[in-house]
Amino acid sequence: MIEDLLTASVIASGIRLAMPYLYAAIGETFGQRSGVLNLGVEGVMLLGAYSSFWGVYQLTPDKATSFDPMALAAGVLVAVLVGLLMGLATAFINVTLQAEQGISGIGIYLFGLGMSTLLFQKNFSQVVTVKGFPKIHFPVLSDIPLIGEIFFRQNLLVYGAFALIPLAWFVLHKTTFGLRLRAVGQNPEAADSMGISVTRVRYMAVIIGGVLASVAGASMSIGHLNVFQQNLTDGRGFIAVALVYFGSWRPYGVMYGALLFSLVTALQIKAVTIGIGIPSELLSMTPYLLTIIALIFASRRIDQPAALTRPFERGE
Amino acid sequence: MKKVYLVVALLLVAAISLPVLSGSPAQAQDDVFRVAVVTPSTGTDLAFSQSMYDALAAIQEERGEDAFEFAISENLFVVDDAAAALRDYADQGYDLVIAHGSQYGSSLVEIAPDYPETAFAWGTTVDTFVDQDITNVYAYEARSEQGGFVLGVMSAMLTESGVIGVVGPIETGDAKLYVDGFKAGVAYEDEEIEVLVNYIQSFSDLAKAAEAAQAMIDEDADVLTGTAQMVPGAIQKAQEAEALWFGTQADQASLAPDIVVACQVYDWTVALNPIIDQVMEGTLGGEAFALTLENEGLVIQFNEEFELDEEVMAAGEEVAQAIVDGDISFEIAEDGTLTVVEAE
Repeated sequence: MIEDLLTASVIASGIRLAMPYLYAAIGETFGQRSGVLNLGVEGVMLLGAYSSFWGVYQLTPDKATSFDPMALAAGVLVAVLVGLLMGLATAFINVTLQAEQGISGIGIYLFGLGMSTLLFQKNFSQVVTVKGFPKIHFPVLSDIPLIGEIFFRQNLLVYGAFALIPLAWFVLHKTTFGLRLRAVGQNPEAADSMGISVTRVRYMAVIIGGVLASVAGASMSIGHLNVFQQNLTDGRGFIAVALVYFGSWRPYGVMYGALLFSLVTALQIKAVTIGIGIPSELLSMTPYLLTIIALIFASRRIDQPAALTRPFERGE
Repeated sequence: MKKVYLVVALLLVAAISLPVLSGSPAQAQDDVFRVAVVTPSTGTDLAFSQSMYDALAAIQEERGEDAFEFAISENLFVVDDAAAALRDYADQGYDLVIAHGSQYGSSLVEIAPDYPETAFAWGTTVDTFVDQDITNVYAYEARSEQGGFVLGVMSAMLTESGVIGVVGPIETGDAKLYVDGFKAGVAYEDEEIEVLVNYIQSFSDLAKAAEAAQAMIDEDADVLTGTAQMVPGAIQKAQEAEALWFGTQADQASLAPDIVVACQVYDWTVALNPIIDQVMEGTLGGEAFALTLENEGLVIQFNEEFELDEEVMAAGEEVAQAIVDGDISFEIAEDGTLTVVEAE
C-alpha cells in the first residue's frame, strides 16, 4: 500500500505545499531570534498574496496566452514592498510602542484579512486568474524518472524557498548581523552594553520577517494557484509560527518541519483520492495530529531565545 | 496604560475592517421591500454566495430600486457573527432576512421566534421549523443532484482514460447532493468508469483543492468537477493538465474558457420571487422551495467557447429533459443515500 501512496507526484506535491511555510517560517525565525514574536504572519501573507496578484493582473497584457516575466517580477516586488511596510508597522508596534506581542499580532492578522478582502472586492468584481510562475523545464534533468518529477519540474519560487534555508543559516550563524541578532534575542541588556542598538536590530529582523511573510503569500497567489480569493492562505501563517517552535528556531529544523507537515498533507490527499477505506474526516486530521505529537517530543524549549516576547527598555 | 489603548485601538480597526457591510440601512418607508442576506463567503466567489448575490441583483433590476432594496453581510463563516448580523437586520426592520448557509440553522431557530413580525428564509435546507411551532421561516434548497447527474453523463462520454475526479468540500448539503448525483450520472452512462472523490474537509483551502485535483490527474483523471468556493484552485490544475472541467453553483467558464465544458448554474430568483410575493401578502414563512431543472432554478449552461461534441451535448440535453419530464428522478434516503428512479 505504501508504494501506491508514496509516489514521485506525492513528494512533488508535498514540496509545492511546503513553499509558503518555508518563506513565512524563515521570516518568523529572524523575528523570534531577535526576541519579537509576530503572530500577524497570516495577515501579512494575505496582503502579500493580494498585492502581488494585483500587480501581475495589472501588468499582464490582455488575453496573454503565456506568462509575462516582467509582470511576475513586478508582482514579487510589490509583495516585497508591502511586506516591508507591514514589517515596519509591526516593528513600530512591538519594538517602539512595546505592545503585548501575542495580542498585537492578532490585530495585524485581522487587519491583513480585512484589508486584503476589502481591496479584492473593490478592485475585482469576481474571481479571476493570472498567468503565474510556470514550472521550469530543465533539459535532461527534468526527464529523469522520479527525481526529475520531484526536483526539476517546480517553479522559481519553490527553488527560492529552498535556497533561503542555507542563506538564512549563513546570515544567522556566520555574519556579524546574525551574531548581533541572536545576542539581542538572548540578552538584550548585555547586547546593549556592548554598544549594539537593540531597537535597530529588532527592526531589521521584524522587517525581514514581514518581507518574507508577504512573499510567502505571493508564492501562493502567483506561484501555485494563480488566483486570489478572500482568506487565500487559510491559516498557513499560524502553522508557520508553530513550525518555528517545531524547528527549534533553526532554519534547517524549520525546513524539516515544513517538509514533514506538507508531505503528510500530500499523502493524506492521495490516500483520500485513491480511497484506502479510512474516512477523509479522520485522514484530514493527520498532519495536525502528527505536528502536535512531534511538537511534544521534538521541541527543545531550551533553545528558545531567552528574551522572546520581552520588550527591551534601556535602563538609564 | 498607553499600550492597552493601542491594543484596543488596533483591535477596533481590525474589527471594523473585517466583515464588509454594504447596502444602505433600512429606513421606515413602507413602499420599499427590504431584504438582508448573510453569507459565509464573498458575493464574488463564483460559487455559493455569488449565486445569491446575483439573484438579489436580478430581482432589484426587475422590480426597480424604488421598490426593492437589499443589504448583504459577507464573509460570516463564523456562525456567532452571522447570528449577530441576523438579529441586527431583524432589529432594523427588514422585511425579509435571509440566512444563506446551512450552518446558520441552529441560530435561526433561536432568533426567529424573537421577531414574529419579520420573515426569515434559510438555505440550503427543507426545514422551515414548523414542527417547532415557528411560522416565520421559509426554507430553500437546490436539488443539485439533478444537474450533477446531467454533467456526470456528459463526463462519462468525454473521458478517454476512464477516470474522473471530483473535489468536494465537506460531505453535506448541496455539495453532497451534487457529488452523489454526478457519480450516479457517470454510472448511468458507463459503470466501468472510475470516479475518484476527495472531500478535502474545507470550504476555503484552495491549495488543498489544487493538490487534490493534481492527485486525481496523476491517477489519470482527464475530466474533473468540484463544488464550493475553493474550486478555483482545482480548476487551475485541471487547466495546466488540459483536463476538462464541469462546474456547479455559478458559471465558471471565465476562469478557464479552454477546459470548462458546462456548469450547473443556480438561479435563486426562482425561490426568492415567490417568497417575496408571499411576504408582501402577509405570509411570513412555513413553506420550502427547491430549485430544479423543471422550474429553471437550475440551468445547464454550456461554455460557448468550448467546442463540445454535438452528440455529447444532445445526450446531456436529453437526460436533462428526462429529469424535467419525471422519467428520471432521485430519492434521497434518510441516511443521505441517493437512488436513481427510472419511470417504466
